[in-house]
Amino acid sequence: MASAKIVPVRTYILTFIALLVLLGVTTGVAYIHLGIGNTVIALVIAFVKMLLVLLFFMHLFYDKGIKRLAFAVGLLWLAILIVLSSADVFTRHWTPVPRGWGPDISLQQGPK
Amino acid sequence: MSVAVAELATRSRVHYLNESYGVKSWLLTTDHKRIAILYMVSITFMFLVGACAAALMRIQLLEPAGAIVQPETYNKLFSIHGIIMVWFFLIPSIPAVLGNFLIPMMIGARDVAFPKLNLLSWYIYIIGACFILYTLIYGGVDTGWTFYTPYSSTYSNSHVFGAAAGVFIVGFSSILTGLNFIVTVHKMRAPGMTWFRLPLFIWSLYATSIVLVLATPVLAITLSLMAMERFLHIGIFNPAIGGDPLLFQHLFWFYSHPAVYIMVLPAMGVISELVAAYSRRRVYGYAFVAFSSFAIALIAFLVWGHHMFVSGQSVYAGMVFSALSFLVAIPSGIKVFNWTATLYKGSNSYDAPMLYALGFLGLFTMGGLTGLFLASLSIDVHLHDTYFVIAHFHYIMVGGSVMAYMGGLHYWWPKMTGRLYPDKWARFAAFTIFIGFNLTFFPQYILGYLGMLRRYAVYPAQFQALNVLSSAGASILGVGYFIPLVYLIWSMRYGREAGPNPWRAKGLEWETASPPPRENFEETPIVTEEAYAYPTRPRAVRV
Ligand SMILES: [Cu+2]
Repeated sequence: MASAKIVPVRTYILTFIALLVLLGVTTGVAYIHLGIGNTVIALVIAFVKMLLVLLFFMHLFYDKGIKRLAFAVGLLWLAILIVLSSADVFTRHWTPVPRGWGPDISLQQGPK
Repeated sequence: MSVAVAELATRSRVHYLNESYGVKSWLLTTDHKRIAILYMVSITFMFLVGACAAALMRIQLLEPAGAIVQPETYNKLFSIHGIIMVWFFLIPSIPAVLGNFLIPMMIGARDVAFPKLNLLSWYIYIIGACFILYTLIYGGVDTGWTFYTPYSSTYSNSHVFGAAAGVFIVGFSSILTGLNFIVTVHKMRAPGMTWFRLPLFIWSLYATSIVLVLATPVLAITLSLMAMERFLHIGIFNPAIGGDPLLFQHLFWFYSHPAVYIMVLPAMGVISELVAAYSRRRVYGYAFVAFSSFAIALIAFLVWGHHMFVSGQSVYAGMVFSALSFLVAIPSGIKVFNWTATLYKGSNSYDAPMLYALGFLGLFTMGGLTGLFLASLSIDVHLHDTYFVIAHFHYIMVGGSVMAYMGGLHYWWPKMTGRLYPDKWARFAAFTIFIGFNLTFFPQYILGYLGMLRRYAVYPAQFQALNVLSSAGASILGVGYFIPLVYLIWSMRYGREAGPNPWRAKGLEWETASPPPRENFEETPIVTEEAYAYPTRPRAVRV
């Protein structure tokens, strides 16, 4: 394609090294006990790795216009999947548990 | 004598069918027209396999206690029927056959953007089909076409792997086809072919392609997760090992509801072409019909939870999905009303393709309206998993998509083969299909309303009369599909020469020879007018 930029091999190698370093950090942090912090750090590192792959390996850093739009649409669709599924998962306890008219029976053992 | 001369002229002219011969020239072709023919042969074969399963099911249900097979076999019959008809017939039907053949010709291009990728899509389809046929021969799968967990991931002892692998693989064929079409429409349009001069068939296939590219990967992910749980016991859907029991249904329907529109949007595109050609008018409200395809494509992704009202999904989510589902009726209604408005006071003629289009209008409307019943929370509790649902989606899928495919196949058959089919037989077959279809599926609405559940090999005796009616209708429907198979094959050799434009229709595909040359056009066409620029009739001729 006419607009395609030739990316120097150096960029690819640096990106690759950065990914390996981040992989090492992920592995190392997994051995330190940080409670919820472990998950947070792992997710942040994963996000950075994703950005590196997208921007340099997949050329989004250089591509403008419709290619970025196509990527944004993909993200938006993922958001739809997550948001509407969450509309179920996080509201399951909203419905009151039926108590019935009679003496307490098993119905009360529903979700909290 | 003149017939013989014309015959000779076609014979001597080089076109895409006679430019080379032999198996290799077909299996290694990158010509979008030949790939369309390859797809047509393959999906027709798969349709026959799926139809055999349906025939056995209808025979089984002639008697309340089940006429011929064991319940386990019945489970395998409806599973393979669904899997084949959805993924190996309906989804590729209009896009991969008519779309492949027509998109480049309608936009004035020599081929699709990636001809080799196009051939690869067909090979991937064939590999997927081989997995399904292997599954069928080695004992079948009994999960239903939906592969619901925990049955598919834990309990089923049938060939879940083969079936899921086949569906997983064929998805990539869809993705590549969708990608190819998107790039083709963006990059390959002839000079002067602006977006708003595109035929509505192109608009709807463009919207379909977007859905294919965005939704199909989720199907692949879902099936992979199911396989990971089944074979590696990783807890994803099973709550006992940390999964969420509804996650499978969320992911599956995130793909499979839009898949309904993958099947129906192309059909709507075909109907736009047929309605314009046989009423000799520009489609009323062109821009509305074009954009309603995109509205449908978007809303399609927001409504999947209407399949899960009784699954244990939260009441709040059920309300949200119910309300959103009603929105789909708006763009669908825009299309149906605009087609009707086009027909109103048009110069209508009732050739076979038009009969299919009219059949589509009625049947799709019935299917759509009963969809609104099912989108209502309280009614769905009664109708969920009954034959009402079966009737509803067969009105959409068969009454809608298959009718449109048959109509489109007849309409463009002279372009594909250079021959005309016998019109009387074609009209007879269209009527037979319409009658057979209604006789098969209308009783199922009643059965479902009365409470007969789907997917059972036996049923209470009071439902027998309606079931026999349905089975009788299915046999008429089968005859209706068999007749075109015979006369279309017959016409390839004995049909009359069609000439470039037998219907005097507008559109670039009719401006080149039938069958078209390898490059579609002798020279690149230059577009100077809108789609469907039929001459307007003088207004004041009414006496
Ligand atoms: Cu749906």
